[in-house]
Amino acid sequence: MKSDLFGFLFSMWVLIIVGGGILVTILGPISISGFGELDWVIASVIKSIIALVLIVIWILILSKLKNWIFKKELKL
Amino acid sequence: MIDLLIPTIISCVVAFTIVFVMTPPLIKILEKRNFVVKDINKKENIMVVRPGGPVIIAGIIASELVLYAFLQMNEILAILITTSAAFVIGYVDDRKVMGGWFKPVALAVSAIPIIALGAYDSNLAFPLFGTVQIPILYIGLIVFMILITGNTINSIDVLNGVASGFMVIASFSLSICLFIVQNYEIAIVSLPLGFVSLAFYKYHKIPSKIFPGDSGALTFGAMYGAIAIVGGVEIIAAVALLPAIINSFLFLSSVKRIVEHRQIKGKPVEHTDDFRLKATDDKKAPITLVRLILAGGPMSEKQVAFAIFKLAIFSGILAIITAFMMGVLI
Repeated sequence: MKSDLFGFLFSMWVLIIVGGGILVTILGPISISGFGELDWVIASVIKSIIALVLIVIWILILSKLKNWIFKKELKL
Repeated sequence: MIDLLIPTIISCVVAFTIVFVMTPPLIKILEKRNFVVKDINKKENIMVVRPGGPVIIAGIIASELVLYAFLQMNEILAILITTSAAFVIGYVDDRKVMGGWFKPVALAVSAIPIIALGAYDSNLAFPLFGTVQIPILYIGLIVFMILITGNTINSIDVLNGVASGFMVIASFSLSICLFIVQNYEIAIVSLPLGFVSLAFYKYHKIPSKIFPGDSGALTFGAMYGAIAIVGGVEIIAAVALLPAIINSFLFLSSVKRIVEHRQIKGKPVEHTDDFRLKATDDKKAPITLVRLILAGGPMSEKQVAFAIFKLAIFSGILAIITAFMMGVLI
C-alpha cells in the first residue's frame, strides 16, 4: 500500500511538471493586438479560460490515475 | 547575505522560544477553562486541551516583526496580515461550530492583503519550461492557494502530532527551495514557520498535550501559502505539500462536495480491540490518506503518523529537485 502511495505522489509530481510544460507552451505565445489598452485584458481572459480547461483535464487524468493505482483499496 | 544572518538568527530564536515557553502556561489556562476534547484514538478516556493556535500566532507575529524591523518589506506585512486573518477565522471555528462554507469563503477573503499590498509577481514559474504571465488568473490563484493550503493542513490534522510534524518537514523543505532559487529574503522570512512548528510539535507529538485546533492548523497552512505566493514558488510549494493535497483530493473526490469532517456519516477508520487503527469497509465513508495507509492492515497511531512523515519527506525531496529544475530551461 505504502509503495502505491509513493507511486501516486511521484505520478502527481510528473503530471505537475508535464502540465506546467503544456501550460507554458500553449499560453506563453498568446498575444492579442488591435484592441489598444484592452489587448492585455483580452489576452489574459483567453489565457485564463485555456488554463482552466487544462486544469480540469489535469484533475480528470489524476482521478483516473487514482482509480487505477488504488483500484483494490477503493473497492473497500 | 551576511547582513541577513543576525535577523535570521534572532527571528528563529524568537519563533522557537515563544512557542516552547508559552505553550505549557497556555495548556494550564485551557485546562482551567475546561477547553478540552476527547482524544478519540486512545483507549483510556484521555482529554486534551485545544486550541494551540494562540501560541502559534504569537510566535509567528513576534518573529516576523523582528524581521520587519530589519528588512521593512511589504511581503512580510502581507504574510503577517493574511496569517493573522487565518488565525482569527480558525479561532472563530474553534469556539463556535460554523458551516462547511465558512472556512473556504473566509480564507479566500484572508488572501486580499497579499493582493492589496502588491506582494506578488504574476509570472507563474514552472520547472524546465520557464514562466507564463497570467495577470488576471494569478489573482484567482492567490485566493485559491491560501484556501487550499489552509484547508489541506487542517484536513490532515487527524492524529497526534501530524499537522505540526508535517508542517516542520514541508516548511523547512520550502525554505531550502527558496535558498536554492536564490530568493534569500523570503527564505529567511519562511524560517520562523518551521521553528514555530518544531516547538509546537514538542507538545503535539504522541501523546498530545495540546491540539492546534482550527486556529493553529489554518495559521500554519495560510502562512505556508502566503510564503509560496510572495516567494514566487507556488509550484514548488504545492509539490512539498502533496501528501496533504492528496488527502483533500481523495476526500473531495469521494464525498463530491465541500463539507466539514464532523458532518460525514461514514467512518473511514475504526479501532481494533487493542486500539490500533484499521480501515473500515464502510462504502459511505470518505477515502482519506489515513484510510489508504491502513488498507494494508491495522497500525498504531504512531506508525500511521510516521508513514505520513515519510510521504512528507519524499515530497520535500521532490520539491528540492523541482527547485533545482527551476534553473534549467529546455
